[in-house]
Amino acid sequence: MSQVIEPVHDAAVAPTLRAPVDRWRRFRQQFASSTVAMVGLFVLVLVILAAVFAPWLAPQNPFDLATLDILDAKLPPGSKNFDGSLTYWLGTDGQARDILSAILYGMRISLFVGFVSVSCAFLIGAVVGLVAAYFGGRMDALLMRLVDMQLSFPSILVALVLLAVLGKGVDKVIIALIVVQWAYFARAARAAAIVERNKEYVEAARCMALSWHRILWRHVFPNCIPPLMVIATIDLAHAIALEATLSFLGVGVPVTEPSLGMLISNGFEFLLSGTYWICFFPGIALAIVVVAINLVGDHLRDILNPRNEV
Amino acid sequence: MSDVLEKRSTMPVDRRGHCASGPPILRVEGLKRDYAQPSDLIDRIGRRLQGKGKPPLVRAVMGVDLDVFHGEVLAVVGESGCGKTTLGRMLAGIIPPTAGRIEYQGQDIAAMSAQDRRRYELGVQMIFQDPFSSLNPRMRVRDIIGEAPVVHGIVGRREVDDYVSELLTKVGLDPDYRERYPHQFSGGQRQRIGVARALALKPKVIVCDEAVAALDVSIQAQVLNLFMDLRRDFDLTYVFISHNLGVVSHIADRVAIMYLGRIVELASAEQVFSQAAHPYTHALLKELPRLSPGKRRFDPIVGELPSPANPPAGCAFHPRCPKVMERCHDDRPLLQGIGPGHQSACHLNEVMPGMEMPVATPRYLKRTVEGRE
Amino acid sequence: MSPIESGHGGDLLLDVQGLKTWFYTRDGIVKAVDGVSLQLKRGEILGLVGESGSGKSVTGFSIMGLVGERGKVHAECIRFDGVDLLKADAEQMRRLRGGRLAMIFQDPMMTLNPTLRIDTQMIEAVQAHDQVSKKAARDRALQVLKMVGIPAPEDRLKVYPHHLSGGMRQRIAIAIALLNGPKLIIADEPTTALDVTIQGQILYEVQKLCREMGTALIWITHDLALVSGLADRMAVMYAGRIVECTGTETLITHAQHPYTHGLMASIPSLETRGHPLFQIPGSTPSLLSLPQGCPFRNRCYRADAQCTYSPDLLPVGPGHEVSCWHSGVRHE
Repeated sequence: MSQVIEPVHDAAVAPTLRAPVDRWRRFRQQFASSTVAMVGLFVLVLVILAAVFAPWLAPQNPFDLATLDILDAKLPPGSKNFDGSLTYWLGTDGQARDILSAILYGMRISLFVGFVSVSCAFLIGAVVGLVAAYFGGRMDALLMRLVDMQLSFPSILVALVLLAVLGKGVDKVIIALIVVQWAYFARAARAAAIVERNKEYVEAARCMALSWHRILWRHVFPNCIPPLMVIATIDLAHAIALEATLSFLGVGVPVTEPSLGMLISNGFEFLLSGTYWICFFPGIALAIVVVAINLVGDHLRDILNPRNEV
Repeated sequence: MSDVLEKRSTMPVDRRGHCASGPPILRVEGLKRDYAQPSDLIDRIGRRLQGKGKPPLVRAVMGVDLDVFHGEVLAVVGESGCGKTTLGRMLAGIIPPTAGRIEYQGQDIAAMSAQDRRRYELGVQMIFQDPFSSLNPRMRVRDIIGEAPVVHGIVGRREVDDYVSELLTKVGLDPDYRERYPHQFSGGQRQRIGVARALALKPKVIVCDEAVAALDVSIQAQVLNLFMDLRRDFDLTYVFISHNLGVVSHIADRVAIMYLGRIVELASAEQVFSQAAHPYTHALLKELPRLSPGKRRFDPIVGELPSPANPPAGCAFHPRCPKVMERCHDDRPLLQGIGPGHQSACHLNEVMPGMEMPVATPRYLKRTVEGRE
Repeated sequence: MSPIESGHGGDLLLDVQGLKTWFYTRDGIVKAVDGVSLQLKRGEILGLVGESGSGKSVTGFSIMGLVGERGKVHAECIRFDGVDLLKADAEQMRRLRGGRLAMIFQDPMMTLNPTLRIDTQMIEAVQAHDQVSKKAARDRALQVLKMVGIPAPEDRLKVYPHHLSGGMRQRIAIAIALLNGPKLIIADEPTTALDVTIQGQILYEVQKLCREMGTALIWITHDLALVSGLADRMAVMYAGRIVECTGTETLITHAQHPYTHGLMASIPSLETRGHPLFQIPGSTPSLLSLPQGCPFRNRCYRADAQCTYSPDLLPVGPGHEVSCWHSGVRHE
């Protein structure tokens, strides 16, 4: 048996490559392992679909004043309108708007505001955090002091001040929410990026003379996404709740585009006087949305924990 | 610190004992790298109150002069804290040196034009130690290997697929693997992907930073053979950083031994393994495990590895040296030529009239069965 | 699989027969250890050698009873110092571990708690097994530290683990293992993460201690050359099984299993200079899907149709067992 043997192709020997364990499949399996989270996801999907298809699902367009009949105001749940063509499943409010329809339309606004503000805050925060982590030193110190300043103010306060300055409107609310949320993403992105920047594949990219923005965007950022996704889901719930609070306080979306918060606000005065449904049902709807998002986010955090790396 | 005579007399010898010709492809002079220990405002106030000055610098590399000749395998050997990893990263251009010159193909890189600088950056590539963190887990193999050549215009976007397939074949992997992600490969296969990534940029010099340390022995053999084949096929030069003298004895043409940021011995492989002059080299060679049937009598040197933040005075090795003399406590020995192609930094080697140059006893080369103790 | 006892019978310290440790995962059963039998006499040093995935570490953990929930340990017999470990309950195992049966891990921080001082940890380790006063425990700790060759042991006792270097921590981990006078120490790659000169110091201490205290040792490693200088006997593992087990001298000079040949021939050294290294083609099979029969079949230069049947570990000489249909010394 001679000592010299020809180098053999790995492929020539029995398959040594691990079966392509599809990351997605593994992820879906892990996610499905928690019934509670699956329920939350199911509810969330229902809510999103209901909101998207609201114009077709809702029995009535509650913001089209022509379809409202003031005589139907404050009807209890289950009652019908005067010609029996429409059942007010959840009752009507002070302006004869069908609560169910109002909830469906209101969720649209809430979810829209939530998603858009979280997406923008995600991007801004990620950029800030990545740049701070990659360059370190003074840049890092400066950016993180900005983040700290932002985080040291209570979010409601900042939002109120901004809205007082900017005025009412869905876009203004979105801006206020972005300003309030970007800092959380920045911090999470920086923490993840600091871990990644010391890894050898980043050194390899530097060795290959790739530009810093390419390294940050194509190499570091994709590996920082898991913790950011977790923050995004939890922040979504937070944003929706925050927007509801602002609308409840009357500084959020204008009356013409009421969100769940505004509906709750409208019905608040009647809560203990018998016509509970005007406030109660929008409140339940809000709670369901927030809880569903939190359940999904919690479980996501468990799966995407780097210790359980897929 | 006066310039030492005969420093340039290190004549490299290749495997067959012939001298490699031509100017060095890579030359470093007085290369230094310091790290400032990070301290924030509170830390600085605390130090001020305690009356201490600035925090001490960590001197990872304290002045290295080295030539790398075309086509050779130069091994850099040392333990933790010796600075070999930092040196490797400075050669590859990942970390800038704090002081000193680097010359690539005869040109000082600090004085290079942008084009030549780019040529240097691509011309010296690196293969890393950890097969698990040296590949981006979110990128496919095709992109890992193919991204940089496209960005630098070595290959067009349309041809990159074929280029990557060709490279994968050369390193012994199936070209179909280019669609996979790193986590689907074993450690040895990932190292091969790392090699392909380095080769994709058509380098002249490859710095291997403990490239086989994390691999099993049988996989290590495959990868070492691959390195040698590629050297022949692509006309490469290797700077092979390792702590494992066994591997080094197999592949290196010349060996540089580092201790606490400096080179303490530099010689051809044959010289190092048969006529080592520095006591630290002797200590490393004694620890080299040999497949011997008898029981070994372990005879280690004492003491801990010194920390770069707090180096001993005089010769860095003197607290642990079995042959320490009075002057070693204060007087740091310089790296000097002691023979053809052989440099050493030890007072024992200074050829003085009447003093015999110690020659290492090649116990470890004897193949006699020592028998049980 | 019941191999004969090596050497003159009787008085075995450790007797493991038919050890199987299987991990039940979502992707299938990982047969980390698939039928391992080994014996150890008092004071003997065994080198357990294998590459990654060979199951050597899991063997050590299985004997100590440290396998996690996902793994199931079956064996025909695991007897240590007269105690049947398979039937021992949690309390009995706790008394054994750290007492007569000790373990040293690759990472000393697996032994040392980073938030406790060294003396606290060592005193705790003594008092967990012996009803002695704190002072007596501390004295024993000092004694053991001196034995392991730690300079200025009084000072070392007062510090936290993060004040110490890697080599020093490992020495303290060894000292903790020795505190209660163990009969057997299982060392899982204790010097792999250490520098070469520190490794030499630890090997020297361990060799000296085993001789002086008559402690048996199982040294688990991937470095055949290293352990060959220390061990009386060596066992080579592949894919969860022992493929060859014999005295060190016999293994180095007259190994009979093709994997052992391959392993020794792939070690780079001065002798292999100038030629390509012998390489065993391919790589370790996934433990989820081992091939039928002999696990080394696909990489073996002697394999043929016979090898689709699993070979047993059988004696081929006095104290020499090999698991191969084509065992035989290598011909140059």
